[in-house]
Amino acid sequence: MPVGRLVFTWAALLVLLSLTIASSFLPIGEWRQVINFAIAIAKAALILWIFMKMCEETALVRLAAIIAAVLLLVLGGLLAADYGLRSPSPYVQIDAGIATPR
Amino acid sequence: MTLARHEPFPDIARQREADRFGMVVFLASEAMLFGAVVMGLFALRTFEPAAFAATSQRLNLVAGSVNTGVLLTSSLLVAISAEARACERLRLAKWMMTAAALLGLVFLAIKGSEYLQEYGEGLMPGVGPKQDFATPAARMFMDGYFVATGLHALHVTIGVALLVGCAWRLRGDDPPSLVGVGNVGLYWHLVDIVWVFLFPILYLSR
Repeated sequence: MPVGRLVFTWAALLVLLSLTIASSFLPIGEWRQVINFAIAIAKAALILWIFMKMCEETALVRLAAIIAAVLLLVLGGLLAADYGLRSPSPYVQIDAGIATPR
Repeated sequence: MTLARHEPFPDIARQREADRFGMVVFLASEAMLFGAVVMGLFALRTFEPAAFAATSQRLNLVAGSVNTGVLLTSSLLVAISAEARACERLRLAKWMMTAAALLGLVFLAIKGSEYLQEYGEGLMPGVGPKQDFATPAARMFMDGYFVATGLHALHVTIGVALLVGCAWRLRGDDPPSLVGVGNVGLYWHLVDIVWVFLFPILYLSR
């Protein structure tokens, strides 16, 4: 892989870093978290594809990397399901005076 | 220098693929470890958005941002080192590895200074002359922060040791193979990816 491409990737990563810092000061509420997470995924993808050279790897090696991402999505999905079905946080109940700290 | 073929592999390509596959599976297990920590932080942020944001604001954003740049730059140097090793430019490969290891130490120094600052401000749970947590959730955020960044710093330390070992061997007559240099690089890039996720969740959830 040409070194110029690596340097270009690095520059793109720094631009994304600047964007993610700048976006965290924007008055757009919860969207900041969405943007920050999307930028983190973009940065990770650049590092995986170019720096870790997944673009040159065989299908078997790429599959091993993709499975990690898929399993993390499963973990996140289960977590979201748990959150969606759960009663309020015990800390909220303590603050509201309807529960005592254990 | 060509790679020697070992049994039971029928050819070099298959052997190289097996080496890389093993490393990626190991890195996937590391991703699971950090993924669980990151998901825990996500859960805390969902349950306690106000406390999470308020405590996130007390972290040193400048130090965290600089550290992100330091790690991204060291990743570039490691990637260049692997390319240099591929075209037998061992001296360049050695110096790039050494520079990357130095940046790893810079990262740890900045992280250490942040820990010191948090200790002074009473943000280190259970440790220090004072404790300054507005709510139990604020303390839980700092618990998560120290678990996540501490585990990451441990990996940075191991990564620096691997980079230094690799650089040391690159100066001699028996340099590590291209696959060896590549695998050390992969480990370092994973450490970088983990930080890419930890940084916005911990420092930018303001």
